[in-house]
Amino acid sequence: MTDERTVLLAVEGITKTYPGVVANSDVTFSIRRGEVHALLGENGAGKSTMVKMMYGLVKPDSGRMTWNGAAYTPGSPGEARSTGVAMVFQHFSLFEALNVAENVALGMENPPPMKELSARIRAVSEEYGLPLDPSRMVGDLSAGERQRVEIIRCLLQDPKLLIMDEPTSVLTPQEVEILFKTLRQLSSEGTAILYISHKLEEIRSLCDAATILRRGKVVGTADPRASTARELAEMMVGATLTPPARRPGEKGKVMLGVSDLSVASPIPFGTSLKNVAFTVAAGEVLGIAGVAGNGQDELLLALSGELRASPDRVRIDDAPVGDLGPIDRRRAGMVSAPEDRLGHAAAPDMSLIENAFLTAQARKGLTNKGFIDWPATRAYAEAVIKDFDVRTPGAHVAARALSGGNLQKFVVGRELMQAPKVIVINQPTWGVDAAAAASIRQAILDRAAEGAAVVVISQDLDELLEIADRFAVLNEGRLTQPRPVEGLTIDEIGLMMGGAHGMEVAHHAEA
Amino acid sequence: MLRLEKRPNPSRFWLYATPVVAVVLTMFFGGLLFALMGTNPFAVIRTIFWDPLFGEFAFYLRGQLLVKAGPLILIAIGLSLGFRAGIWNIGAEGQYIMGAICGAAVGLAVYPTENRLIFPLMILAGAFGGWAWAMIPAILKTRFNTNEILVSLMLVYVAQTILAKASTGFLKNPEGMGFPGSRNFSGYPAAANPELIAGSGLHWGGVAALIVAVAAWVLLSRHIIGFQIRLSGQAPRAARFHGVNPSRLVVLCMGLSGALAGLAGLFEVTGPAGQISIDFNVGYGFTAIIVAFLGRLNPIGIVLAGVLMALTYVGGEMASTNLRLPAAAIQVFQGMLLFFLLGVDVLTNYRIRMAKGG
Repeated sequence: MTDERTVLLAVEGITKTYPGVVANSDVTFSIRRGEVHALLGENGAGKSTMVKMMYGLVKPDSGRMTWNGAAYTPGSPGEARSTGVAMVFQHFSLFEALNVAENVALGMENPPPMKELSARIRAVSEEYGLPLDPSRMVGDLSAGERQRVEIIRCLLQDPKLLIMDEPTSVLTPQEVEILFKTLRQLSSEGTAILYISHKLEEIRSLCDAATILRRGKVVGTADPRASTARELAEMMVGATLTPPARRPGEKGKVMLGVSDLSVASPIPFGTSLKNVAFTVAAGEVLGIAGVAGNGQDELLLALSGELRASPDRVRIDDAPVGDLGPIDRRRAGMVSAPEDRLGHAAAPDMSLIENAFLTAQARKGLTNKGFIDWPATRAYAEAVIKDFDVRTPGAHVAARALSGGNLQKFVVGRELMQAPKVIVINQPTWGVDAAAAASIRQAILDRAAEGAAVVVISQDLDELLEIADRFAVLNEGRLTQPRPVEGLTIDEIGLMMGGAHGMEVAHHAEA
Repeated sequence: MLRLEKRPNPSRFWLYATPVVAVVLTMFFGGLLFALMGTNPFAVIRTIFWDPLFGEFAFYLRGQLLVKAGPLILIAIGLSLGFRAGIWNIGAEGQYIMGAICGAAVGLAVYPTENRLIFPLMILAGAFGGWAWAMIPAILKTRFNTNEILVSLMLVYVAQTILAKASTGFLKNPEGMGFPGSRNFSGYPAAANPELIAGSGLHWGGVAALIVAVAAWVLLSRHIIGFQIRLSGQAPRAARFHGVNPSRLVVLCMGLSGALAGLAGLFEVTGPAGQISIDFNVGYGFTAIIVAFLGRLNPIGIVLAGVLMALTYVGGEMASTNLRLPAAAIQVFQGMLLFFLLGVDVLTNYRIRMAKGG
């Protein structure tokens, strides 16, 4: 099927091992000119290692790559760039205190004078429908705008192959649409795009071909337009998936009430909460969406008790708890799980037993007059490990020795197994593989069915729509009125999320 | 090329092996230093590490060992609790002096009354003096976010000035014929802290050090406050998520370390030193910082480290008088011990790998 003449980059039998892990094993695939090629796989499937080799950051152990038929062995990202490979990373490498043009200049080998560069940035941004003012400070830009800086930085090098690593995780649906238009335009001009993601709907709407990796090996190729999301997911996971079952439970009395909650952010460049108000009833799941950095972390801190307010701003089962700290709020019936597992939800150098004590102490009665009941704590940690299928040699292992997904299972399990009245979770399935994510979602729904009130903060819209009864969006620290999920369209959600980023005007230049 | 690689789990073996390796390395390089200075390195090492325990004058020097180790352990244990929580009390020397002055003042105020309650009262006053002096940096930190390292350190010099004033002024011995210094407690049985077993060097301070070491071990390994101390030091954000109140922890840790330093000062002034004087046995408060780290901030480790440090002191003094080594050479030797300990310590959390070139 592959026409030899049109192949831009071919990867043949690439293998890369790290101590104890085979990141890539005998990987072979090729990218044609002007093609949007998806590299699909779960966390840890070897996608990142593969593209790092293409970009000259990592050297393969064996196998070879060819560029336009000639051997391609980039020794550094600089070499890769001069060949024509550009990459937009998942995590931006921008200086907040510099403006857009200065940031772009920093990433170039031979930057032209500032005035000329600004003019070129303007020209490219208009050409591709990515509005961007070269003189603005990066610190003032939204995540979507920052990504545009990275993309334009790449486009100025006139790349033949553009690698994009999970580009949509920080974007609103409208911003995603704009990005896709840009990518399609690039592809029609002959630029190949390697698109890395695990969001299947995106891949189906954007990509021409897909290579699927599992545990470092190519397990198949697919035509994304001709496959269903489910087929792709099952190739990715290597198992059949069952979507979480919802048991329509009785909605009970209000268990968590938040009214007019305003808190200053303790985080530098953070977002303060402004007049946040909502209620969650027993048996109900409230999904809170929003682009990262719009107050999600602050909302979790204000609910967990790390940030305090006046007593009646937060009520658990009618009892005012706004001025209480985390331990007292747990006693009142609330459990919470922050997004950052290592360092916030868990202490990296402490064992899983000690980390179980970290939050379970109050509700599981693990202390007697201040003295810790270590045998009971160990038993609880082992129960969490067993029930949530945490892969670890034992409970004595330090938290940082666990993979991200396994630690996430432990952290979520530790909270859910405390028979809570109220559950607050930020990013419950961040970095967890599809099978584990499904079981975490199921566990959350099970607790709701048992009568817990649940708040799930997430950037994964599909996840929220799957498990939430009602839906609200955090935008610059303000929470929209929660609305029932039933009947909500993706467009409506996008409008709830968008607004502030000025995305409506984005493609007017083209129109 | 050598490369350091982070271990997934801290190594238990190296946790216990590092102090031993550090002592051996110190002996080797210290010996090299002494050899370069023209002294027989084996004689020096023997004088420092062997003679105080088993040599000709061991009957006297062994006692000196406990006299010196007692206050070091007492202070280091208090400091280690704060250090574990990331609270850096560097001013134990000042708290030690203030404890000594407060405790001594109570005893001297009631001189020459004989009552069994006097010494216990002095102990309380000593602990109070150290606690109160440590509260100054603690409250400044919690209220105004000042740096406790600088404030506690600078208060040492204030305490030294007060000590000078005490020994030449308000606590001066009225029958001292004009010499600076307070009355000597050895002549006042109700307030004295005598040797408990003749020749052992053990006084109430040593007993207190052992009790405190056991209590600290129980606190750290079995009690929720110990858990919160460890958690705050290792993962401050996780500690806030658990529910630790950082201000309360600062006050608690600074207070505890201050009170223990004050106790050490009280036992010292009523026992081995005997009286308040301008330069009454000072320096323990700073040396205890080294002892705390040498003992890996672990109560049992600190007891061993305190004895080891006392050994290098007693042996070092012997070496400088008997072998005519300059005092600075002995201090370099003691410094090497800390240097090698911290250096080898890397191996607990990292392993060395041979990396292929390029």
